[in-house]
Amino acid sequence: MNIIVCIKQVPETTEVKINPQTNTLIREGVKSIINPFDMYAIEEAVRIKERLGGKVVVITMGPPQAEAALREAISLGCDEAILISDRAFAGSDTWATSYTLSGAIKKIGQFDLIICGKQASDGDTAQVGPGISAHLDIPQVTYVKKIEEIKDNFMRVERMMEEGYEIIETPLPCLITVVKEINEPRLPSLKGMMKAKSAKISIWGQKELNLSEQGIGLCGSPTQVVKIFTPPQRVGGQILQGEVSEVVKKLVDLLKGEIS
Amino acid sequence: MDYLLSDEQKMVQELAHKIAEEKVRPVAAKYDQSEEYPWEIIKVIADAGLFGLFIPPEYGGMSVGVLNLCIATEELSRACGGIAVCYAASALGTFPIVLFGNEEQKKKYLPDLAAGKKVAAFAITEPEAGSDASAIKTTAKKEGNYYVLNGLKHFITNGGDAEIYVVIAMTDKSKGARGASAFILEKGMPGFIFGKKEEKFGIRASSTRELVFTDCKVPAENLLSKEGMGFIVTMKTFDMSRPGVAAQAVGIAQGALELAVKYAKERQQFGKSISTFQGIQWMLADMATQVEAARALVYATARMVDAGIKDVSKESAMTKMFASDVAMKVTVDALQIFGGYGYMRDYPIEKYVRDAKITQIYEGTNQVQRNIIALQLIKEMAR
Repeated sequence: MNIIVCIKQVPETTEVKINPQTNTLIREGVKSIINPFDMYAIEEAVRIKERLGGKVVVITMGPPQAEAALREAISLGCDEAILISDRAFAGSDTWATSYTLSGAIKKIGQFDLIICGKQASDGDTAQVGPGISAHLDIPQVTYVKKIEEIKDNFMRVERMMEEGYEIIETPLPCLITVVKEINEPRLPSLKGMMKAKSAKISIWGQKELNLSEQGIGLCGSPTQVVKIFTPPQRVGGQILQGEVSEVVKKLVDLLKGEIS
Repeated sequence: MDYLLSDEQKMVQELAHKIAEEKVRPVAAKYDQSEEYPWEIIKVIADAGLFGLFIPPEYGGMSVGVLNLCIATEELSRACGGIAVCYAASALGTFPIVLFGNEEQKKKYLPDLAAGKKVAAFAITEPEAGSDASAIKTTAKKEGNYYVLNGLKHFITNGGDAEIYVVIAMTDKSKGARGASAFILEKGMPGFIFGKKEEKFGIRASSTRELVFTDCKVPAENLLSKEGMGFIVTMKTFDMSRPGVAAQAVGIAQGALELAVKYAKERQQFGKSISTFQGIQWMLADMATQVEAARALVYATARMVDAGIKDVSKESAMTKMFASDVAMKVTVDALQIFGGYGYMRDYPIEKYVRDAKITQIYEGTNQVQRNIIALQLIKEMAR
């Protein structure tokens, strides 16, 4: 079973600060980590490999420092790592990112399964996983909470719903995104950390992937971020107390006042 | 303070820190209360590969040395001194095999110990042979291809939970200390059972039990080194393991210091945080300085051991004595900073005081450590 895991390096804090001039994240002084949801993707891939053999290739698109995330993934049991990095890819939205990642996956070639975390903790879009499957034209199952069965060309999974879950069968190769209910990620091992330290990380840019110039970077991104802001805090509501008949009258007056 | 650790040592530190914070700290109070053996954590430490730090690679370990072991023990102890000692005591039981085992013994026992599949223990103490180890009464009599062991060991850390035991017994009582020998025993050997489990003041996650030998037949090939080498095995083992006890003490002290600083910043009295009071500040400054001095001593001694310097008895003793005295003082002061709340079980700090106390007692009381240091000093002067 050859598995590709797509991960993203994100800032550790949940209170991300934004540069009001450029509308981009302020990354200085904030520790970078692997997107927490991607840790479940890595764990699931490594577990499948340990059970069925094969290898796990981990990829990420990002600036050169995203290499640290890939090395951590190797310390957790991934076999190979590829960093997709090029100035030409800068400014990619989820569409251009998934296009670029799908290009890298085509270059990797043979695979049975792609696993992504359900969404990234910084952007929260949950779009890149499904985007990759669209670009590759393979089936996708999002919010997977359990892999019930996996063998050559077939997989049955449980897909998390708001209440309960769906059981979905799909041929392979396919792409899944996973939720935190799927497993408990392991800690790295010392041997894994040592392996990660010396592991060779391939770096692929536009030259290696040779993608359509129209599809990548800012140019390939239909989404334009116009403004990022923190929504104003909601002010507490007003509670009317007293006799029902009086309260109703008061409420109607208040509502009328709001409208006019 | 920067100890100029190697990349490898930093990795061990980072990994042990992660285990301590994510896995150990959340369950520390639970095991302190239940006195159960923390198998779930042992498995995490085993999976991380930390049991094999000082075991040669040909037997499944990493052979990265005593300083690494100390760093791991220190980090784990920051979160729970009791859980950390389960780990460190296995190292204590493994050292004699690493140091004195023959090829067959190493091949047979070390891989499982390095992988953390089995836990080890070291057994010398008896009810009437504590600091005076020459008073050991357990006997080992050679009969054909076996040694037959009779006697009782007590206060054995990891007792009952460990699979592998290194046991010191007298093969020739007439020779006194030179008549002691070391044997490798396995749990389940006929005639080897466990007695009373102790209820302890601190390090309650670790198990402390009696080992009882009644005509216990141990194969002759399980003799470590030669007959009469029991005390040499013990002393050399303690030279290696004492920095580990000191590291445990430093970890407990560091953990208590961190909690005290955090609490001092949060706790408001007289309209401000108590960390703004000089009385508190000076306590914290003294605590931090003492912890740093103890750590520096631990790392320096561990580096001597790793460099292959043969006689480290004095330095080892100094380290264990100093660090454990610091741990006791710092934890008591940390509790003082917590005031009344610190005395309550709802707060984690009182556990640090209880866990610290044992480090002044085991692997040689601090009084015995002073004997070792003084003896060595006088010897050096006579040269």
